[in-house]
Amino acid sequence: MIAEAGLAALWLAAGLAAFQFVLMILALRSNLEVARAMRGVAVAQGALTLLAFAMLLIAFARSDMSVALVFENSHSAKPFIYKVAGAWGNHEGSMLMWVTILAVAGAFVAMLAHRTGERTLIAGLGSQAVLALGFYAFLLIASNPFARLFPAPPDGRGLNPLLQDPGLAFHPPTLYLGYVGLSVAFSLAVGALLTGEVDSRLAGAMRPWVLGAWILLTLGITAGSYWAYYELGWGGYWFWDPVENASLMPWLAATALLHSINVLAARGALKAWTMMLAVIAFSMSMVGTFLVRSGILTSVHAFAIDPERGTFLLALLAIYVGAAFILFAIRGATLKEGAPFELVSRESGLVINNLLLSVILGIVFLGTLYPLFVEAVSGEKLSVGAPYFNAVAGPLALVLALLVGIGPLLSWRRERRPVFGPLKIPALLGISALAATVILWPGMHILPRLGLTVAAFLAAASILPLVARNPLRTPLATWGMVVAHFGIAVALAGMAANAAFTGERLAIAKAGETLSVGPWLVQLQDVTPAAGKNWTAIEAQLLASRGQGGVTLKPQTRYFTDPPTETNEAAIDTFWNGQLYTVIGKADPSGGWQLRLWWKPFVTLIWAGGALIALGGAVALFGRLWRLRRRRSSSAEWRRERYA
Amino acid sequence: MKPKNQRLVLVSAALVAVLVAALLGMWGLRNQASFFYTPADIAAGKASEGQAARLGGMVEKGSIRHEPDGVTIRFVVTDGKAATPVVFRGIVPDLFREGSGAVAEGRLERGTFVADTILAKHDERYMPPELGNLAAEHKAGKTLER
Repeated sequence: MIAEAGLAALWLAAGLAAFQFVLMILALRSNLEVARAMRGVAVAQGALTLLAFAMLLIAFARSDMSVALVFENSHSAKPFIYKVAGAWGNHEGSMLMWVTILAVAGAFVAMLAHRTGERTLIAGLGSQAVLALGFYAFLLIASNPFARLFPAPPDGRGLNPLLQDPGLAFHPPTLYLGYVGLSVAFSLAVGALLTGEVDSRLAGAMRPWVLGAWILLTLGITAGSYWAYYELGWGGYWFWDPVENASLMPWLAATALLHSINVLAARGALKAWTMMLAVIAFSMSMVGTFLVRSGILTSVHAFAIDPERGTFLLALLAIYVGAAFILFAIRGATLKEGAPFELVSRESGLVINNLLLSVILGIVFLGTLYPLFVEAVSGEKLSVGAPYFNAVAGPLALVLALLVGIGPLLSWRRERRPVFGPLKIPALLGISALAATVILWPGMHILPRLGLTVAAFLAAASILPLVARNPLRTPLATWGMVVAHFGIAVALAGMAANAAFTGERLAIAKAGETLSVGPWLVQLQDVTPAAGKNWTAIEAQLLASRGQGGVTLKPQTRYFTDPPTETNEAAIDTFWNGQLYTVIGKADPSGGWQLRLWWKPFVTLIWAGGALIALGGAVALFGRLWRLRRRRSSSAEWRRERYA
Repeated sequence: MKPKNQRLVLVSAALVAVLVAALLGMWGLRNQASFFYTPADIAAGKASEGQAARLGGMVEKGSIRHEPDGVTIRFVVTDGKAATPVVFRGIVPDLFREGSGAVAEGRLERGTFVADTILAKHDERYMPPELGNLAAEHKAGKTLER
């Protein structure tokens, strides 16, 4: 019954989405009365989709093996949290989650957004309905999550053990909220292009959505990076895997959008530009979804190869992106450019930020899709990895990080003061860092060296917007910006330190033997069996010490039974100045064990920086919403007084 | 700046950005993209020495040898037509076995493929995409089938 109820809710929601689109056309053809119904329809559509998703969660929580998806991806012996998380750890379930977030976001827009013009809101809701309709069709035609099995098998096939990790259970929902949050910016942009109402009110309505989506994307990417770091046991935090790039590309576009939207909100300038970015940002979300969900790439994250679904998703992508671009081409040129600005101004700084982010986005996009393109055209197989991305995007990212320190000091419209005065101290810090690396570590590679330099500069420069201001009267948005920019410096320092100073040791050790890595001495004490609920393992006991005292680390190799798989569980110990990372490998015929040890100085700064960036976003979002609320309530009071 | 000029400047800046991204990308791809080869390709001299590349095929039965340091292994990858010796220092993936498929990432050095990473089918469902095709092409993929 549960599965049937879910399917029925999905069909109804699809019907409502189609109805919502028809209402939009009616409403825009002069009959604004129907617009009221439209809000109700959008809310009902969101509620129905949420119901369908809840039904899937119940089916998974109960391990209802008569549902094909549960059978394929779950097992009755799994811990409860992974039973529930299994609902989105697969193709159909994650697409259902995707469309659920899309529809619920549409419902919230219908309930909340009062700031845009009514016609723009209607057109935006229509656009959101069309987006949802395509993905409903995809679910109902090509990818039904509620298909039944008869007779019901006794037990399921299990979930990929790599995915049985608390961090990963909540990783996809975070990223999806970010991806799909950008759909609101897309729909509002499409709506505004249709009605021509591209103004600072629109920017004000879009901004909380973009900011919220961006915060979640930042968190999702940071958490995903840490997951890959400790779960894969390779000691790396970013592999330039296409699936990682799929989340990085929307983030880059959203970061650019976040900055240009401020220009539109504050100055009414960069209209066409901001609309373009809003379209691109969600297009990148769809590209990411296509890459991950079509099975076109097979990597750690991609689960199934199914060309039919891939074609369907590609068609959806082409239709939506194509239509938005055509609309932009027709209407973009008619937008009046807003307030003018001088060459040296905050606006110019933000334009440069946008250009650099766009170039980096283009480079990542090219590198991610080029292998697919070449294989489709010539049949030749190639791969594009870290050497390409680091060499091409790395230097640009450094330039961008350098400019992040300068841009916020410029004033709107036209800069009259000498800008470089306050930058003396940060510049001095940067130069000292550079000199220190040259003297202390002459052999260091160029990118980490420059990374440390820029990080030292930016750490100081990012705080300058707060200098000589009363901290209590500084707007929260400014605080947020400072925290986020400081976070970039922190993350950059972590990446550079990790690249420059990591010590690695790979060797065979017998029980009682000691290996050294960085400042550490690591003794292999024993190797013993261990067991968990659905796995068995071999576990090494390592005693690590530097100077006096010691810590025990217990890396494992785990053997899962449903499905049969081995995974490496690295043992990591965190200290204020770095992490000790240990992995146990295979047994050696001579009776020893392979051990892989890393000492990674300040590697934790990478994720601390990511968290700071997200925190800065959250502070800014809170500030904006709070101000909005206060303004709204004070204007309501004013109205009440007036009509009293 | 007049609004009209401003738009012109912005549009040209955007175009320049797109162009720069494309050029930088192309340049990077020409230097850094690593091609996928089979042992037959390498025997035919398609791979140049020192260039980043991937090698895929079956691990030949009886070919895995451990060096005395315990962490370096040597083995031979074959596609039925030719064979390439591979050397790898590190922990091999769980399902790396003789007679099974593997992809090595690294570069060719004096006829031997020096691998930085070995990818193998690492669970029931995943296998490196190149191997899927290879198995179909050479009908040697029995061990790759579920």
